[in-house]
Amino acid sequence: MFDVFADALVYRLLGLDPSSAAGAALQFFVMDVTKIFALLVAVIYIMGLLRAFLSPERIREFVRGRPDWQARGMAVTLGAVTPFCSCSSVPLFIGFVEAGIPLGVTFSFLIASPMINEVAVVILIGILGLEMSLLYVAAGLLVAWFGGLAMQAFKPEKWVEEYVWKIQMGQVALTRQDKTLKGRHRFAVAEVKEIVGRIWKWVLIGIGIGALFHGYVPEAWVTEYLASGNWYDVPAAVILGIPLYSNATGVIPVAEAMLLKGVAVGTTIALMMSVAALSLPEMLILRKVVKWQALAMFVTILAIAFTLVGWIFNLITLGV
Amino acid sequence: MKNIKVLGSGCKNCETTANLIRIAAEQANVEIELEKVTDMAEIMRYGVMSTPGVVVDGQVVHAGGLPGPDAIREWISN
Repeated sequence: MFDVFADALVYRLLGLDPSSAAGAALQFFVMDVTKIFALLVAVIYIMGLLRAFLSPERIREFVRGRPDWQARGMAVTLGAVTPFCSCSSVPLFIGFVEAGIPLGVTFSFLIASPMINEVAVVILIGILGLEMSLLYVAAGLLVAWFGGLAMQAFKPEKWVEEYVWKIQMGQVALTRQDKTLKGRHRFAVAEVKEIVGRIWKWVLIGIGIGALFHGYVPEAWVTEYLASGNWYDVPAAVILGIPLYSNATGVIPVAEAMLLKGVAVGTTIALMMSVAALSLPEMLILRKVVKWQALAMFVTILAIAFTLVGWIFNLITLGV
Repeated sequence: MKNIKVLGSGCKNCETTANLIRIAAEQANVEIELEKVTDMAEIMRYGVMSTPGVVVDGQVVHAGGLPGPDAIREWISN
């Protein structure tokens, strides 16, 4: 449906040649903009209508007071189903600490949350197909699980800012919800506005980069430099992704363009994860609650984890 | 006079929420005391993790996202 529209607009109406760089790039851009934004609005609206978004207050109640492995399982799963704004990382972190939830579990949540969310998963399936989506989600869950465990091993309690331990939270307020259809509709519309308003820039930039890559980067160059199966492709992709930031949805069109040009699956997934989960703004926000040593450890552990994920996937798919 | 606090560490929605309440109170000709609470420790003391939160006379009535117009009217009146 979306490709038919993009073909009609770019090739017939504007008269661009499908084999030209500009034609290919513009067709990619138009197709992904229409498809991703349509999916984004539809998925967020439906989730909002079902009241499927969990608040941090509720998540805290789910996770607290459970044995470690259960708490971690919960944290990883809930992190994966909530599209959090990184602006709620700080209250979430403090809330988890205050509830006595182990720091390793909190880190598991903080890893899973930006990398995977149900909105991104639907778009991932729509753009990259079911198989690739399952691989990405499974890898993300594993990284969150073991990444949190690895953080725990370094006893990160000593790196938490002093004031965090002193905060006493009041009775958690679970405000009542308007369950009428009208109330649900209004909530869903507000969610669409809020989330799309927050992430549209990232998505548009991601589609733009994907389109340029798709149209202008020659396949031969990709084959030589990005799909050669060299061991250093994956760590290079991870390191490139650390300073770059986009949200989980914005990175999808970039991955799409990379895969279309034949970049190895593992290299692509490693870059996606690194871009979505590790970023300077997120680190600066977390710096309010933990010291820089903890952040350095966090980045190192995740960079290693993403590299391993990339290598394993490349090993399976390329056999090298 | 009602005391209404908007909890939030400076996010855009928090500003909007405070403005919505102020405008609604002006329109209804109700005098209220509107405060913005930006200190994280203070916010957490109310048990609020998702901002903006709204506290009316010491009672948390809202957490997370923009409040609806009906809710705001209810807070201002009795």
